Amino acid sequence: MLEARNLSIAFGGLKAVEDVSLAVPRGAIVALIGPNGAGKTTLFNLVSGFLAPDTGTVALEGRDITGMPPHEICRLGMTRTFQIVQPFAAQTVRENVAVGAHLHHRGRAAALAAAEEVARRVGLGAELDKLALNLTIAGRKRLELARALATGPKLLLLDEVLAGLNPQEIAGMIPVVQGIRESGVTVLMIEHVMQAVMNLADEVYVLNNGRLIARGAPRAITNDPQVIEAYLGHGTAERLRKAAGPSEAARA
Amino acid sequence: MRGLLGIGVFGVAVASLPLFVTSGYALNAVIMTLYAALLGQAWNILGGFGGQFSFGHAVFFGSGAYAMAVLQVKLGWNAWAALPAALAAGCAVGALVGALSFRYGLRGSYFALVTLAFAEVFRILANTFDFTGAGVGMMVPLKETVGDLQPGSRAGYLWLILALVLAGFLVSWWLKHSRYGAWLQAVRDNEASAAALGVNAFRVKLGAIMISGSLMASGGAFYVQYLHYIDPHIAYGPAVSVEALLGPIVGGIGTVWGPLLGAGVLHLLGETTRGLMGDAPGINLVVYGIVLILMVTFLPSGIIGVFRRGARRA
Repeated sequence: MLEARNLSIAFGGLKAVEDVSLAVPRGAIVALIGPNGAGKTTLFNLVSGFLAPDTGTVALEGRDITGMPPHEICRLGMTRTFQIVQPFAAQTVRENVAVGAHLHHRGRAAALAAAEEVARRVGLGAELDKLALNLTIAGRKRLELARALATGPKLLLLDEVLAGLNPQEIAGMIPVVQGIRESGVTVLMIEHVMQAVMNLADEVYVLNNGRLIARGAPRAITNDPQVIEAYLGHGTAERLRKAAGPSEAARA
Repeated sequence: MRGLLGIGVFGVAVASLPLFVTSGYALNAVIMTLYAALLGQAWNILGGFGGQFSFGHAVFFGSGAYAMAVLQVKLGWNAWAALPAALAAGCAVGALVGALSFRYGLRGSYFALVTLAFAEVFRILANTFDFTGAGVGMMVPLKETVGDLQPGSRAGYLWLILALVLAGFLVSWWLKHSRYGAWLQAVRDNEASAAALGVNAFRVKLGAIMISGSLMASGGAFYVQYLHYIDPHIAYGPAVSVEALLGPIVGGIGTVWGPLLGAGVLHLLGETTRGLMGDAPGINLVVYGIVLILMVTFLPSGIIGVFRRGARRA
């Protein structure tokens, strides 16, 4: 569905993303994880057209979209949410979502009706007439999701839709994301909340210092020594194994 | 649809004023208020609904005014034919200014400065060339026939400016109830989000400045027909630009009724100061400046914003 090949971009001397390739198969939920500053959001910006890569290509359904502006990529069926939520603050939830719905609905009434339907789907039914600036963080995350969904995407890029939510709110969001996949939308998500990655993702890519360091099923990834070191520091995997050693011996 | 009804009622009420009011002073006050409202409506399309604060709307006003004057005086066009040409001139200048500044992503104070610069360039050009009458300006001969778009009575001019204001109302209402308007307001509130949702921000902003420029040019055309004289300073000077942004900011930025409300309040305020402090030139501008500072500091959503907040609390 989505295929990025050898993407690189540098900001001055900083190689933010270096030679990253990834593939998202149709119908899957693929997660992109990595420590802060690893280049995840930059990679999203490259894929969604907000940044043009120095080298490398991006293809959506076999079509080259490298360097295409975001609004055209959205028309082709791929859209994104933002890690730092970007609502149209002075507008109501219904009006916010309708902006997305207008992509395929010319008429105002049709767009507003479609917006209402999508908002209910992500659990914003009770807050349709609230101003976006009066929503809680959890509400704004849902709003990001609803707006993007209203464009009727085939592929959705979710940038940390769970960040800043409490455990209850996270538990409430997971089925929403599952529902999105079940409705036939492919998902690529950046996520820090491992519980969600474990529950949702079919495949995980791990990014560190702008490079891909691992790729695989969620279970395998969490045991990958390179990944553990990227998160917890050099030599940690070794220490953990030693620490785990005696207790395992005791159990045996 | 309730909004349209309100606009219709307003139109009928103002159109029938000359039946009850015969005082020339009062009718002139209404005409000048409507004229200020029209400039405000034009600015509000780009500045209020589109969030692009122009400080040089005179560039559109003057282009409309000069198109109207030059076509009639130098080329012998009939005024009714010159009017659409004046609108087209404002639209074209809007396209020029918009294409250059939005292409390079100018926003906020940079955009404001560039529009001001454009207005100044046009002022200097109009001051230089003979076909605009250079520094002397241009007189449009008094004809006072409807066939020459000079109704010859205050009531006639009232209906003319009312028609333009109603057009401004319809455009504003349309922006509140259409896909294009939703896109424009989305770009105003967050351009990156809008782009992610499939909105071509450049094209949307370009459309807004062209519509805004056309409406502003109609104000220039009216000015020429009503006062029969135009010079570079009147046409492209900063006074018109300020008048255009003052009404919406005072009345309520990005609202349908804000420009009219603001124009009405400012007109009353101007008349009151004149009454209290005599005819000292520029005294009303001092008061306008103070009002502007107070509004931006304490009531950024304008007078309409106060009513809205009250309604929400109730």
